[in-house]
Amino acid sequence: MAMSFEWPWQYRFPPFFTLQPNVDTRQKQLAAWCSLVLSFCRLHKQSSMTVMEAQESPLFNNVKLQRKLPVESIQIVLEELRKKGNLEWLDKNKSSFLIMWRRPEEWGKLIYQWVSRSGQNNSVFTLYELTNGEDTEDEEFHGLDEATLLRALQALQQEHKAEIITVSDGRGVKFF
Amino acid sequence: MDRFVWTSGLLEINETLVIQQRGVRIYDGEEKIKFDAGTLLLSTHRLIWRDQKNHECCMAIPLSHIVFIEEQAAGIGKSAKIVVHLHPAHPTKEPGPFQSSKNSYIKLSFKEHGQIEFYRRLSEEMTQRRWENIPVSQSIQTNRGPQPGRVRAVGIVGIERKLEEKRKETDKNISEAKEMVELSKSIANKIKEKQGDITEDETIRFKSYLLSMGIANPVTRETYGSGTQYHMQLAKQLAGILQVPLEERGGIMSLTEVYCLVNRARGMELLSPEDLVNACKMLEALKLPLRLRVFDSGVMVIELQSHKEEEMVASALETVSEKGSLTSEEFAKLVGMSVLLAKERLLLAEKMGHLCRDDSVEGLRFYPNLFMTQS
Repeated sequence: MAMSFEWPWQYRFPPFFTLQPNVDTRQKQLAAWCSLVLSFCRLHKQSSMTVMEAQESPLFNNVKLQRKLPVESIQIVLEELRKKGNLEWLDKNKSSFLIMWRRPEEWGKLIYQWVSRSGQNNSVFTLYELTNGEDTEDEEFHGLDEATLLRALQALQQEHKAEIITVSDGRGVKFF
Repeated sequence: MDRFVWTSGLLEINETLVIQQRGVRIYDGEEKIKFDAGTLLLSTHRLIWRDQKNHECCMAIPLSHIVFIEEQAAGIGKSAKIVVHLHPAHPTKEPGPFQSSKNSYIKLSFKEHGQIEFYRRLSEEMTQRRWENIPVSQSIQTNRGPQPGRVRAVGIVGIERKLEEKRKETDKNISEAKEMVELSKSIANKIKEKQGDITEDETIRFKSYLLSMGIANPVTRETYGSGTQYHMQLAKQLAGILQVPLEERGGIMSLTEVYCLVNRARGMELLSPEDLVNACKMLEALKLPLRLRVFDSGVMVIELQSHKEEEMVASALETVSEKGSLTSEEFAKLVGMSVLLAKERLLLAEKMGHLCRDDSVEGLRFYPNLFMTQS
């Protein structure tokens, strides 16, 4: 699984695993980490993680280089992702989080574009249909995890472009 | 041993007995002499020894003849001793047991103990010097200083001289302090009773006392920070002393290195760290060719004005790049610097964005800052 993933040059650079004291350098470093976390989770189709898992994952622990990012620094990276809108804490203790390589607003936009393109405004869909239906096979959001999908639809709801409703066996959405 | 004079052993009027001890033997330098069992008496003016068997055999030395005293602890089969170093005898001194002696010290051996207490009391009398203030008859000579024309023991002379100088200085300070205390009291009283103005003369006198005691004159403080005349002079001296050593060390030295270098050269009258720092703080203000610099870490260095640490950073980057990465120790060795200054240079390079760090169990290493140079 990890084989096909291409690690960025920073992953093999030891200073990458030390939080840099120089502010400008740190900015670049954190940006690189955020990017790496998102692409890693995207490829591995990982939408949620615990902090414990993260610490031991090859993502933050380069065994070959014998370097691992300390947990305090991992927290700082996660906070950066949260500020950017790509991460949401799933519990009060900040022990597990939802990771979205695309922000909910961006997903919402993609979904709405597909809805409009296929002339299906004013239609109702179940959540399952959206992410696993035949019609959406070619779409990027096909196979999207439910948690992220919900947030995407909530974003659209905010813009009055959709409404989340209850259907026979779960939840659905109506697009306007 | 030729400093002793025969005496009756009776105390003079105004001379008080402090302590006495039986069973004391006298040595002339390291040699045992016939005075092996006596009572040693300490008075405010003299050290007296009286033979236990023959009370008529009694001799004394004025305390003013003593340069300094030392303790010698007891050993196996050896009693505790006090070593008394003496000024040379006055040419016109009264007769005593010895006409001449090659030694300038005697030893007092306490065969029946009592050394500790005797030493303590003798030290006290040496400090208080009561004989100076309590006049007694002429028969007790008070000798204020070393006399010329005698053979002196090598080595002791320098110490004697310095002790004498220190004492004179202390005396001067004490008398100045007394004057100053009087003056302060008078000023304080005037303020309290709002009795007339403090005259300009008194103010000037007061300020000059403060200066001579090394306390900052308020005017000076405004101009030069917390410096005083003393620190200004010192700063100028330092500029002279440090120019060459700095050039030899690539234009920069840690303050600790400076402290050691300067004090090694001075020998006695060592500089306190505080005085050194205060003098260095004035270097730039006095437009001297060196300056004090404090790094973020708190490390203090002295730099030649011509030294540009920021330029050294560029060459540091080259060195690190050549080797891929370096620790402070490795860098120090390569460049021929102290590890302390090497680390400061690397930290400065990091601060300027040229280097970044790898901090792990293997230690602290510096790399070229690829975060900035590589996209």
